[in-house]
Amino acid sequence: MGTLENIRAIVATDCGSTTTKAILIKLVDGEYRLIVRGEAPTTVEAPFEDVTRGVLNAIREVEELSGHTVLDGESIVHPNDGGDRGVDIYLSTSSAGGGLQMMVAGVVKSMTAESAERAALGAGAIVMDVLASNDGRLPHQQIERIRHLRPDMILLSGGIDGGTVTHVVELGQIISAADPRPRLGLGFKLPVIYAGNKDARPEVAKLLEQKTSLFQVENLRPVLERENLGPAREKIHDLFMEHVMAQAPGYDRLMEWTDAPIMPTPGAVGSIIETIAKRQNIEVVGVDIGGATTDVFSVFENTFNRTVSANLGMSYSVSNVLAETGVDNVMRWVPFRLPELEVRNRIKNKMIRPTTVPQTLEDLKVEQAIAREALRLAFEQHKSFAVSLKGVQQERTISDAFNQSASGGTLVNMMDLDLLVGSGGVLSHAPRRQQAAMMLIDGFMPEGVTRLAVDSIFMMPQLGVLAEVHEKAATEVFEKDCLIHLGTLVAPVGATQEGKSCLRIEGTLPGGRTIADDVPFGEMRVIPLAAGESASVKLTPSRGFDVGAGPGRVVEATLTGGVVGLMLDTRGRPFKLPSDEHQRVEKLVKWSRAFNAYPEI
Amino acid sequence: MAHAYTPGLRVAALTVVRKARRLPIKGEVLAKKGDRVTADAVVARTHLPGAVQLINVASKLGLPPEDLPSVMVKKDGDPVKKGEPIATTKGFFGLFKSQVPSPCDGTMESLSTVTGQVILREPPTPIEVDAYVDGEVVDVLPGEGAVVEAFGTFVQGIFGVGGERTGEIKVIVAGPGDVIDEGRIDASLKGKIAVGGSHITWGALQKAMQIGVSGIVVGGFDDPDLRRLLGKDLGVAITGSEDIATTLVLTEGFGEIAMAGSTFELLTSREGRKASINGATQIRAGVIRPEIVIPMPDDKASAADAVAGHGGGLEPGSVIRVIREPHFGRLGSVTDLPNELQVMESESKVRVLRVRFDDGSEAMLPRANVEMIER
Repeated sequence: MGTLENIRAIVATDCGSTTTKAILIKLVDGEYRLIVRGEAPTTVEAPFEDVTRGVLNAIREVEELSGHTVLDGESIVHPNDGGDRGVDIYLSTSSAGGGLQMMVAGVVKSMTAESAERAALGAGAIVMDVLASNDGRLPHQQIERIRHLRPDMILLSGGIDGGTVTHVVELGQIISAADPRPRLGLGFKLPVIYAGNKDARPEVAKLLEQKTSLFQVENLRPVLERENLGPAREKIHDLFMEHVMAQAPGYDRLMEWTDAPIMPTPGAVGSIIETIAKRQNIEVVGVDIGGATTDVFSVFENTFNRTVSANLGMSYSVSNVLAETGVDNVMRWVPFRLPELEVRNRIKNKMIRPTTVPQTLEDLKVEQAIAREALRLAFEQHKSFAVSLKGVQQERTISDAFNQSASGGTLVNMMDLDLLVGSGGVLSHAPRRQQAAMMLIDGFMPEGVTRLAVDSIFMMPQLGVLAEVHEKAATEVFEKDCLIHLGTLVAPVGATQEGKSCLRIEGTLPGGRTIADDVPFGEMRVIPLAAGESASVKLTPSRGFDVGAGPGRVVEATLTGGVVGLMLDTRGRPFKLPSDEHQRVEKLVKWSRAFNAYPEI
Repeated sequence: MAHAYTPGLRVAALTVVRKARRLPIKGEVLAKKGDRVTADAVVARTHLPGAVQLINVASKLGLPPEDLPSVMVKKDGDPVKKGEPIATTKGFFGLFKSQVPSPCDGTMESLSTVTGQVILREPPTPIEVDAYVDGEVVDVLPGEGAVVEAFGTFVQGIFGVGGERTGEIKVIVAGPGDVIDEGRIDASLKGKIAVGGSHITWGALQKAMQIGVSGIVVGGFDDPDLRRLLGKDLGVAITGSEDIATTLVLTEGFGEIAMAGSTFELLTSREGRKASINGATQIRAGVIRPEIVIPMPDDKASAADAVAGHGGGLEPGSVIRVIREPHFGRLGSVTDLPNELQVMESESKVRVLRVRFDDGSEAMLPRANVEMIER
């Protein structure tokens, strides 16, 4: 890698659980732009069992589509020759092979154990289980669980510095008694990170040094009121590279090729979402719906949270979405009749053959119905996790006397949300952007006024890792080529009877056009407003409805457009679909038509 | 794409199958390189550490944890019997002693003066790994197990449930499109591997399990029946450890789908042979497919295709199976692989291929929606 000023061509790959994506970025007229994207099946599994095969295939597609030479045989040409040969930076992210799977342990489930979970999720791990002294399980059950799960590593925390050592040592005894074995590599010791009460370090070392590969870092909750997740996260990253990646097929070779450490995919996407929130000083929710997991990211009250919903995804995990939500919840989004047997068999066939794509319109609609439920479930998990620190005593004033909320309430406030960003195959590759908008709306149910955007071609992971080494290039490509603004959604909170008054919108559109529209309850509408355009509007909710300023209060705002436009959703919050099948199907068809979401066949 | 890798399931009439038979933890390898073994021969053995019992002895005796060593009767590593005292107080002048008995047979593992706990380890559980297939030990993995090589027929399924079993192959339908219903299952199938056509009904599977049929190989099965079989909705395709009497292997998928003709014919030609079957499936992270291995050592000398290819690219003439609607389950051969992206009915722009089905009709399909039938 040369100096940052001399970087002319960059290739970045993301090795997903199903597909490996490659992008080529080049310096064009003084700014970095995406040139082309390639894709190939991930080859971490048999018969190849070498991730670099999929990487080479994806890069070859980039070469064919762009005419830019990246490879010389099976090696990447460094540096760029100033023209169409070679690259200056090659980077990669990965969630192939199931990503990073961890167990975490802490003394109190809702305090240190939760901080440990946050540290692991923050590093892009899937948290397989959370052990705590008060998790309701007997020691032998906890031991069995550790043996059964075979995580890639364990993060052990517990106790504030100077506090009790007994409970954290008990957890150490449980891990030691389990004599844990890693998922990969029979003759290799499981990495355990200790990030708890510093006074317990010698005891923990005595217990675990022989049986595991023990690393001790600063306490992740040194005092009750503060988390210090950085050192534990960094250690997780290092160990991920040194131990987990190194064991996965072909990664040793891939690690030699890259100019910066390979990042877990959720870590990279989270970094981009956090950057957007900081730069624009807004509250953001981002989602990356993949084949195996759905990762949700949020920044509320300047606090970044990330959850990785293992086993909620659109290919390998698609059947788990059905198992978690039930067939009725999936079917409620399907705008036609389909026997339950047919739905179940189709979903199972997608699970066992995860790389297939919907060829028929009917199949596409079923797949997007499942996506709505995967998004909804992942967001429910995120909301219950993205909370303020628990166990912290709060000073209350007399005005709080009637407010009984305990510490640890969710930080996610949908009314305050400014921007919702979607990424992942089912959202980024939806044949019409309107479909992505509808999936995001139905999955997340934004409230009030919210901007919606989607990752154009599913490249946020690559830009996330690029931001770590070349922020300018990552930012320029992100703003110009990655983020597709879908438009602004107005969704009043409240409910009334179908057809009754709900929202009045008045304003001026670009070119002097005016709007003055009364939208009754139960509608979806779109007002054309292109990307880059904005409209000054007055939103008057009917009595009992809230668009951000309180029930019945007027909001005056400048709303920005997008490829879909200005979207109005008066279906109410909380949202309910008609229980009668005929009415439900009629409604779904009407709303999709309002959005022009599907072709009429 | 210069090289369009398309995953496929392997169906090989004669090939070399190598199976690494590993212990979950290190142990003793009993087989030697060059040994001829039968499927049930034990090749490696070990002991799984026993379950652990944590006893808070300090709290039971009302002592501070640091006083624990002074009351312990047993030391680290000592064997203990159930009911035998592991700790005892001195009492007053030898009277009023308090004791903590061992709740199990086992070994004293450790004690902690921080927590006051004593850890007892129950006796280890022996674990044995058998050869799974009739064959020859071609490699020994020191401390871990052995590699057993068999020569014969190998058929990969797409999904299965149930573990490793052996039995004689018995075809119980007339053709690959036939359904296995209850009427086709009878007591003569006990201990055998029954081969069917396009589907097995819930009633037939129940009857097979009652009789003790070792395995069923069939084209398709319904998801609601899988739910009944497992007692839950299967979320992620990781199977093989189900406690069921009959191992089930699907060659095509969920629903009623005729078994590929070549697979059916091959299995029919092996009727009466001893086979090994395993339903274990893992779709992600180190894919495992269910399988049937039929050793054919007597054919070894005449086999020309023993080392068949594995994976590869699609080309005109490749035999494929469609794996998604609207032609799900149909077989055909590739006639063209256009380079340009094509728009499907769903409006998705994808890479496609043209296929000619067995009945002569043709269709344009996404390349992602077919799999090669590997031989």
